[in-house]
Amino acid sequence: MIALLRRDLALAIRAGGGFGLGLAFFLIVTVLVPFGVGADTALLGRIAPGILWVGSLLACLLSLDRILALDWEDGSLDLLATAPLPMEGVVSIKAFAHWITTGLPLVAAAPMLGVLLNLPGPGYVWLFVSLALGTPALSVIGTFGAALTVGLKRGGLLMSLLVLPLYVPTLIFGAEVARRGAEGSAVQTPLLMLAGISFGVTALLPFASAAVLRINLR
Amino acid sequence: MSLWEYANPVKFIRATDRVLPWISILAISSLTIGLVWGFFFTPDDFRQGSTVKIIYLHVPAALMAINAWLMMLVASLIWIVRRHHVSALAARAAAPVGAAMTVIGLATGAIWGQPMWGTWWAWDPRLTSFLILFLFYLGYIALWQAIEDDDTAADLTSILCLVGSVFALLSRYAVNFWNQGLHQGASVMRAGALAGDTQERVSNVFFLPLMVCIVGFVLLFVALVFLRTQTEIRARRTRALIAREHAS
Repeated sequence: MIALLRRDLALAIRAGGGFGLGLAFFLIVTVLVPFGVGADTALLGRIAPGILWVGSLLACLLSLDRILALDWEDGSLDLLATAPLPMEGVVSIKAFAHWITTGLPLVAAAPMLGVLLNLPGPGYVWLFVSLALGTPALSVIGTFGAALTVGLKRGGLLMSLLVLPLYVPTLIFGAEVARRGAEGSAVQTPLLMLAGISFGVTALLPFASAAVLRINLR
Repeated sequence: MSLWEYANPVKFIRATDRVLPWISILAISSLTIGLVWGFFFTPDDFRQGSTVKIIYLHVPAALMAINAWLMMLVASLIWIVRRHHVSALAARAAAPVGAAMTVIGLATGAIWGQPMWGTWWAWDPRLTSFLILFLFYLGYIALWQAIEDDDTAADLTSILCLVGSVFALLSRYAVNFWNQGLHQGASVMRAGALAGDTQERVSNVFFLPLMVCIVGFVLLFVALVFLRTQTEIRARRTRALIAREHAS
């Protein structure tokens, strides 16, 4: 398992792995928003938590097809399927590697981009916490979507259509935590719900992803 | 004699062929009676005027939009457990019908909302979760169409249906939390109505035509699903024949 994790991380970080692309996309989206809605700092401060959440969600989505597509093409997925490691373990590790290479940088960068959007002071901590709790769920759900569409030639667009509705609950509670945090009101309820969704999908969804992947590898 | 006999495509087609004309006639007549009764022979509401009459389309369509997804869920489960092809094809056949019902529900709601709420659209929990349900339908249909191999497509879409159901429910309660509603709560028939308390449901003047419309929509859905499933079975058989022709 650890070997697989190290292999995926190495592949992602070395040249051609696309590491940092998601981060750059996040930066661009955040920079583009003020051009779209105007430079009114009060307005930007109010919508900043939502923008940052949607931006990181899109950045996550952009990198999903890298989770499985390359391994599918060169056949290493077939090798992994015959390995003693169960498929559930493989998809969990894949999702974890995706989170480390995409989710974690996003979490780290979000507070800095918050400065650009004039995020109110108390919002930084809660934005960081909500993203740190929520991005693993995004990676796990995304792995399910990637597993569903892995055999298709132009699966990218279809995957977005499948994955985005599944992201709705995570986005609602994640953005709610960040928004309430920025306003300085109590965050406990949405925070608990977000944690529940995150842990719940991490525990259960790999089974569905593995089942889907086995069907696709048939 | 059990229900599973109809998992045989030949028997399914024979049985549905026998009942389909009756169901269609019943659906058409009850829809005609219900809609004409509702539109022309019911009084205007005290507050809402004649706009109240859209209820005869809105409520049945919304009801069927949810029940179509439930039917797909059951059919997907049957496919996963018992591998009956008819079941998978029925789920496939029901999806566009359900999506159409969702659109009817959303559109009639918007048309009613414009004069009543003063807006075509509000980010109300019920409206929002219906929109999300529509997105789930779109994804489900798109996945069916994208995959060439029939059995793989049936397997993948049924798992998507199961996972999607859980997430659709989650979204339903999440949007409840996210925004307070403008849409009225249950008002056609509340729990007390079952005990015979007429204060707990809509007055008979509106209630009876509405029930006829709901029955009409249910029958319409059943007829469409039967017909579309038959078409799917025949299309697959044709493809198999053509493939055999090419092979020999």
